[in-house]
Amino acid sequence: MSQEGMNGVPHRGKVLTVDNMNPNVKRVEYAVRGPIVQRAVQIEKELKEGVKKPFTEVIKANIGDAHAMGQKPITFLRQVLALCSYPELLNDNKFPEDAKNRAQRILQACGGHSIGAYSASQGIECIRQDVSRYIEKRDGGIPSNPDNIFLSAGASDAITTMLKLQVSGEGRNRTGVMIPIPQYPLYSAALADLGGIQINYYLDEDRCWALDVTELRRAVTAARQHCNPRVLCIINPGNPTGQVQSRQCIEDVIRFAKEEHLFLMADEVYQDNVYAEGCKFHSFKKVLFEMGPEYSSTVEMASFHSTSKCYMGECGFRGGYMEVINLDPEVKAQLIKLVSVRLCPPVTGQALLDLVVNPPQPDEPSYTTFIKERTAVLAALAEKARLTEEVFNTVPGIRCNPVQGAMYTFPCITLPQKAISQAKEKGLAPDMFYCMKLLEEMGICLVPGSGFGQREGTHHFRMTILPPTEKLKIMLDKIREFHQKFTQEFS
Amino acid sequence: PGSSTRSMSLLRGINPNLRNIRNSELAPLGMRAWQIKDELRQGARKPYKELIDVSSADPHRAGVKPLSFVRQVLAVCYYPQLAKSDKLPADVRQRAQRLLGTCAGGSAGSYCPAGGIPEIIDIVCEFISRRDDGVPSYPENIFITSGAQRAFVEILNILVNTLRSPITGVLTPCPSYPPGNMAVVMLGGAVVPYYLDEEQGWELKIDELHRALESAKGVCDPTVLYVINPGNPTGHVQSRKSIEEVIRFASEKRLFLMVDEVYQDSVFEQESRFVSYKKVLAEMGPPLSHTVEMASFHSVSKGFIGECGLRGGYVELVNVDPSVMRNLYTLMSRDASTTTGQLALDLMINPPQPGDPSYPLQLRETQYIRATWVQNVKRVLEVLNSLPGISCQPVKGGGYALPRLHLPPGAIQKAKEVGMLPDYFYCSRLLEETELCVGAGSENGQRESTYHIRLCITTSVDTMEEVLRRLTSFHIQFMKDFS
Repeated sequence: MSQEGMNGVPHRGKVLTVDNMNPNVKRVEYAVRGPIVQRAVQIEKELKEGVKKPFTEVIKANIGDAHAMGQKPITFLRQVLALCSYPELLNDNKFPEDAKNRAQRILQACGGHSIGAYSASQGIECIRQDVSRYIEKRDGGIPSNPDNIFLSAGASDAITTMLKLQVSGEGRNRTGVMIPIPQYPLYSAALADLGGIQINYYLDEDRCWALDVTELRRAVTAARQHCNPRVLCIINPGNPTGQVQSRQCIEDVIRFAKEEHLFLMADEVYQDNVYAEGCKFHSFKKVLFEMGPEYSSTVEMASFHSTSKCYMGECGFRGGYMEVINLDPEVKAQLIKLVSVRLCPPVTGQALLDLVVNPPQPDEPSYTTFIKERTAVLAALAEKARLTEEVFNTVPGIRCNPVQGAMYTFPCITLPQKAISQAKEKGLAPDMFYCMKLLEEMGICLVPGSGFGQREGTHHFRMTILPPTEKLKIMLDKIREFHQKFTQEFS
Repeated sequence: PGSSTRSMSLLRGINPNLRNIRNSELAPLGMRAWQIKDELRQGARKPYKELIDVSSADPHRAGVKPLSFVRQVLAVCYYPQLAKSDKLPADVRQRAQRLLGTCAGGSAGSYCPAGGIPEIIDIVCEFISRRDDGVPSYPENIFITSGAQRAFVEILNILVNTLRSPITGVLTPCPSYPPGNMAVVMLGGAVVPYYLDEEQGWELKIDELHRALESAKGVCDPTVLYVINPGNPTGHVQSRKSIEEVIRFASEKRLFLMVDEVYQDSVFEQESRFVSYKKVLAEMGPPLSHTVEMASFHSVSKGFIGECGLRGGYVELVNVDPSVMRNLYTLMSRDASTTTGQLALDLMINPPQPGDPSYPLQLRETQYIRATWVQNVKRVLEVLNSLPGISCQPVKGGGYALPRLHLPPGAIQKAKEVGMLPDYFYCSRLLEETELCVGAGSENGQRESTYHIRLCITTSVDTMEEVLRRLTSFHIQFMKDFS
């Protein structure tokens, strides 16, 4: 075997090299934390060391991390977590009774009454029961079976698990997974890692990122030439696009999945983040069951939720679940085996999820504060969504669809040909070139659209709407200024 | 017909590696234990009023109390208002403040940076260096993850190349830690067992490594050598000499070393001392110290802290190709690890020091836990080695005792008749008759025709006495029944 690697650097006889390692790993990319973020972190270091720049801080509008941007945690959630962590606090009368009751209930369900014990790999049973009840309430009484609930370390863990379960086959029979373009790059990264075939279906930017079944059909038909399409992934509300699917659209997708014999994966982590007038979150499960037994007893589906988004923003706790529908019992047995390999989801995340699905009720002491805090967070997000769309649409060369939901804006940017050429010379995607310049000149970190996928010849960036309103205003103004300058510079 | 064909095709299309993961036959024991617990709660009449489950080394589940300092700091991190009162010691409040300062937005709810919180990675480096008498440790070689298992799977993911033929082989100890083996199979690798020498206290013999490697010829391409020290579930603590031999073997045979050291704080026997593979490697000097490629794992799940459910751990890479490291970084960045786990890691490796207000209590708590381990191990060996038909090797460290059952042929026959593995049959009977749940050695792997049970020794002294009482009376009767 050659002693030199592909990049010309001698291996010095390494056992593990980029040539013999799992080749799928090389194809994994995750733009949200990719090179532009690494540069942003570097710049932050330089600022700390006193290097002079045209800005005093880097605004990290690349990742959907609400707390990092100053959003405050919900008091009730944190009180219960503190009580679970150090149960001696149950004797402290500064904590409300409802918080104490929740904590005691959670601790009773833990091994040795401690959140430090392993839980069952599917998750603590009484929490799965609470999740079922929450789903039933949300979906107007449609039954949910706790045995179909799998708690997970954030939704990402469950999504990756389901993909792992389903990617198989060789050559033309290799599993194909349909994902929206633009998409949240966890999907493409997971498929690269697993060696699954990515099947892109394009959302329609001109119609506010609508999902068109004719486009789904085009994509799956073309894909059948070279792989075995088996899974259809939907993100609703959308990331990075923010669109909230209409009920009709969801029905059409379900019908399509049944016709084409596809497993549906419904990523619904932004279900509470719906802002636009006339938009409403419809859960895939609810729509499925309301379509009658012909669909509800046959279509196989997994829907995902998490504690990272909505009004909680508790990304760091890694709480989440999936509900599986119509899974073959033998497949479910394999799934149960698969999740046991990662032992159990973080118990603090499970506890947090329990509170999210079982929040203070109107007759409980924490209710008023809880509702006030939750309403404030969601109202602020709605206002920032509106403001963002408004400001961006005043900039020639930036076209921004309404941010109907989720936490991001994904505007289309027009780049002068000269800029596109220069980017290509540097070996960069044009929107990466744009975003890098924005970072270096304005200290704003966004993620280029190429990291999420987009139609050929179009360029975008994803910006979170999470910074506090005042900072967001400044950021929007700076981007407007930058865009005008950039357009001039490369005209 | 429509739905069954549909489900059938989904099953046919399942990732075939998953079907190869074995373990389902033993899950019923755990499920039955839960059932019995429920039955007791509902007032069912049974020989004993309480179910005792010592089948897994989960200290808190087994009755060990969390460390106060750890839990106080976490409580303040989750609910910083607690820092306003004087009820909690000053060092608790200060530590929480420092830790929150390392979190984006000052919240334990924000994402951790890819690879881990830099300040905590620095603390990990200091800890490793201190532990290893000054051998340096570098931040770029450390990844903090949600438990050691997550890091283990991700490293294996890079190592196991399913597009090559023959498939990647991983030399794994037998007995082993089941999720470790399951991970190999799940990723499409081949498990190549090397048997630990029970008669010599579950020692790792180099001859046996050679034999295992030979056995892989034509079957798979062994690339990885997986070692667990202190041993899980064996309780063996490797000598420095043994570690050197293994390192030399790995170098000679061009194997990547994966070293699970999560029980490094759990060493009970006075004469045994944990020494890390990294330290030994460094002290063996060049060329080995500059060439042997290694990943070593640690976690907050064991030791005195015992926080399995919080999911905190790290991996340290040594001599890994920089391009590979870059790919590993991208892999690790896809899915954030839990902030709680990172905070717990800091609290484990950077405990209160003499002079700190929380130090006396922490010292008392850890000494108590250590004394418990020592007492439990002493009693297990005493009691079981005095019974006919059961024997136990010395337990020098780790979380379990793995006694050997010398089953009468009648018992083995009966087990076959009811379609159970003999040690599982024993455990099943034990559970039904005494509400005591222990692990079956089949789960961990064992030499053909040998049978073991597995019991966690990180439980309270009283619980262990009760465990031994029930086990003794059951065992004596069992041996009588089947002789």
